[in-house]
Amino acid sequence: MMAAKFLLRRAVPALRHARCYADAPAAQMSFTFASPTQVFFKEASVKQIDVPTLTGAFGILPAHVPTLQVLRPGVVTVFNDDGSSTKYFVSSGSVTVNADSSVQLLAEEAVPLDSLDLTTAKANLEKAQSELVGVSDEAARAEVLISMEASEAIVKALE
Amino acid sequence: MFARTSAAVFLPQCGQVRNMATLKDITIRLKSIKNIQKITKSMKMVAAAKYSRAERSLKPARVYGTGTMALYEKAEIKAPEDKNKHLIIGVSSDRGLCGAIHSSVAKAMKREIAKLSGAGKEVMIVNVGDKLRGLLYRTHGKHILINCKEVGRKPPTFMDASVIATELLDSGYEFDQGSIVFNRFRSVISYKTDEKPLFSLDTVASSENMGIYDDIDADVLRNYQEFALVNIIYFGLKESTTSEQSARMTAMDNASKNASEMIDKLTMTFNRTRQAVITKELIEIISGAAAL
Repeated sequence: MMAAKFLLRRAVPALRHARCYADAPAAQMSFTFASPTQVFFKEASVKQIDVPTLTGAFGILPAHVPTLQVLRPGVVTVFNDDGSSTKYFVSSGSVTVNADSSVQLLAEEAVPLDSLDLTTAKANLEKAQSELVGVSDEAARAEVLISMEASEAIVKALE
Repeated sequence: MFARTSAAVFLPQCGQVRNMATLKDITIRLKSIKNIQKITKSMKMVAAAKYSRAERSLKPARVYGTGTMALYEKAEIKAPEDKNKHLIIGVSSDRGLCGAIHSSVAKAMKREIAKLSGAGKEVMIVNVGDKLRGLLYRTHGKHILINCKEVGRKPPTFMDASVIATELLDSGYEFDQGSIVFNRFRSVISYKTDEKPLFSLDTVASSENMGIYDDIDADVLRNYQEFALVNIIYFGLKESTTSEQSARMTAMDNASKNASEMIDKLTMTFNRTRQAVITKELIEIISGAAAL
């Protein structure tokens, strides 16, 4: 059972039809995606969600193994039931997959990808890189590294 | 002459009775109450504007807050009974004139502290809002861990919640279990003082249902817990400000209504007094003229 869970998490798309749960998979996933100021999805039913986490990016489908993860700056892709997909950029946050197939994706800041500007992102990245050279204090260094990581992720997402 | 002697006879017996207010006194009082009514009316409108803004931003914050607490509810995490270190976060604000907002939170906190201290546990409290500090520091001063000021002037942001959470985590108080007490907004005219649980890292990690959650290491769980703490504080702040603004609106509305009642009564008294003065003068003139 543990092996099956492990395989399921690592190679979800391929093994989707070969899972060995005794009961039928939950047909619907109740997806809640929100930031402190905006709600994108509230208990909606979607097909798949790709999330970038600290331990790597993975996709979540209905009846995914329950897990808790912390997000890193990156792109969240939501595949709706009708086949369309929307991308959002998240700065950080957490994702919870519960046993009843409900997923809570709470992002500290999240914006739709098309509201981000590539040139501004590149300028931010360069500014952060130049700041990194000059900074010495531990806390300030960590802040600059974080802003660099976020800017890099934005640039990569937009290209 | 007859009137004067009767006055000399009556005065000692009427010594205890308050003299009827002169016209000047009533005028002064009327003016001051009218000013107060203007102020409370404008405070009500300001509170109404702030309330509508707060309620609009409460909608996404509620989804966010319930999403955060979903894990704890679905995994049915319960704190073990024998843990000793407790934490209570009370969420209120700095400003008064909002009805029973601050006192209801303080009452709930005092009740909790009494219950926990009676059971021999150690309790520390975090006051978000100066009013709570004022209500609690005299009797429960030794339980206070952190006080937060400048709350309630501007709408709360995620940044504020994270500042509070950072202070709490940096304070070094390793609580085993806690709760956050705030006023949950129900409607424009009603709110309820609610309590939501906070769990420590150890409680969550050792809870039996956590086993079904796959691939969690200590670092991830700690990050997750800290983020959840900020989220819950943010949720409490948002609900609390909305309740506070609606309560202030109600309180100022009642104050304006009471002020207009008093103005009506005083205007009546003023007119009656004015008529009595005129009548008295007329009587004096007539009796003076009749005596001639």
